[in-house]
Amino acid sequence: MDKMPGASRPVRFRGGGFAPRPLGLVGAIVFITIIALWELGSRTGVISALVLPAPSEAYVAFEELVRSGMLWKHLSASLQRLIIGWSSGALLGVIVGVAIGLFSFARAGLVPLVSAIFPVPKIALLPLFIIWFGIGEGAKVATILFGTFFPTVIATYGGIDNLDRSLVRMGQSFGLSWFSIVRKIILPGALPAILSGFRISAAVAIILLVAAEMIGAEFGVGAYILMAGSLMATDQLIAGVAMLSCMGLTVAWLIGRAEKHLLRWRR
Amino acid sequence: MDLNIQSLGHYYGDLEILRDINLDVPAGQIVAVIGPSGCGKSTLLRMIGGLEQPTSGVVLQVGETPKDSLNPLTYIFQDFALLPWRSVAGNISLVLEDHKHEPAEVDEIIENVLSRTKLSDFRDAFPHQLSGGMKQRVAIARALAVRPAVLLMDEPLSALDSQTHDLLMDDLIDLWLREKFTSVYVTHNLSEAVHLGHKVVVMSRRPGMITEVVDIDLALDKRKDHPELLIEYQQHLWNIMREEVRAAELELIDG
Repeated sequence: MDKMPGASRPVRFRGGGFAPRPLGLVGAIVFITIIALWELGSRTGVISALVLPAPSEAYVAFEELVRSGMLWKHLSASLQRLIIGWSSGALLGVIVGVAIGLFSFARAGLVPLVSAIFPVPKIALLPLFIIWFGIGEGAKVATILFGTFFPTVIATYGGIDNLDRSLVRMGQSFGLSWFSIVRKIILPGALPAILSGFRISAAVAIILLVAAEMIGAEFGVGAYILMAGSLMATDQLIAGVAMLSCMGLTVAWLIGRAEKHLLRWRR
Repeated sequence: MDLNIQSLGHYYGDLEILRDINLDVPAGQIVAVIGPSGCGKSTLLRMIGGLEQPTSGVVLQVGETPKDSLNPLTYIFQDFALLPWRSVAGNISLVLEDHKHEPAEVDEIIENVLSRTKLSDFRDAFPHQLSGGMKQRVAIARALAVRPAVLLMDEPLSALDSQTHDLLMDDLIDLWLREKFTSVYVTHNLSEAVHLGHKVVVMSRRPGMITEVVDIDLALDKRKDHPELLIEYQQHLWNIMREEVRAAELELIDG
């Protein structure tokens, strides 16, 4: 365009971005860097052992736990509570969420109730749970169940509310039965929301695990952490907390796999 | 099976949507319904298929429903309404699963409708992998799978780009020539109406009333050869509609 006055220049690129893509190694590098810096700080004395034990000390405590054979006892007790509490809470949550999503009466009656009880810290209800379900496993599982129930309910009916109604009309126009419409159109349509609800409720379940194991639990990762805390054994405390983090990572990974498999129809 | 619509009227609250609609849909014919946006033509179609209840009047099915029809009144939607989590074959089997069929029989029906809509190679594709035109062909295949007596089409080509639009319109003409299906075809596109309609029903703006019914006396397969006649019909329809469309536009701007 040399006939135009003024200098010519390429159009400045201003698109791109806003599209995060998976970078597998970065997450691991962040973890390793933080732990390495922490270890370095402890070794050089920048971080006093009184304030925070070194990762290597926590690892020694963890090894001791493995050697004494207690690891599996703690872990299995915790996993059992988590699995029973979370799966029954999630199942009930989906059922109630679907009811709220489909029936005006359930919606009118239950949504205010959910809003009223969801924000109550379940830990505050522990004494009641002990009276209702006994000091054994019942109260512990109930705590986790109650904690996971509410986020699941909200995620489920939110997912149903967001579903494209034209698909339901389509189902009706082909004479599908009510049950078919729920099972083949409404539930799969709400599944993405239900799965992201599971992410939240699984994290809540791990949080509540420690609270639940405050109720006279002999074994469990939460009981181990509480014991360590009361003895000021911070190395064991860190080892226990790391175990909780690993549970969180595992659950997130499992749900990620489930999403990849169940939601492969999304582009 | 014919359809007979008798003095149909409808209100949404205080708002009158449809007034005194009387219309015959004879078997084997395509009845095109055109009108300005908001004239209630889609509402009328939903009432014909039993998805919505009119405030007054009735839609009658006249004569025997074909015995082998699984879903006599079957829709084809503007937005395709395919389940994104089901493959092409899965979307078709969806509408067969509530009927007692052997799995082999279901497979046979799916094969059959896919070949009739030239989709056999896309059996296992998911909707997000298909273009708009292909999606609408899947929806047509799904509709054919239940052997409808009447196809209720709600602007089936409006979401497509213009080339795909023309191709699919030819496909619909071919389909009618082969199967002589009965149809109510709602559109705002006059060219679709004159290419596909045996008669064209012109509706007024809200409250929707039938202004005129124009018979197009030219066999569907001959229409391509007489573009000048079609343009004449199209011009005639536009003359009837022009003032209504203008008034409807102003109404929308006024809110």
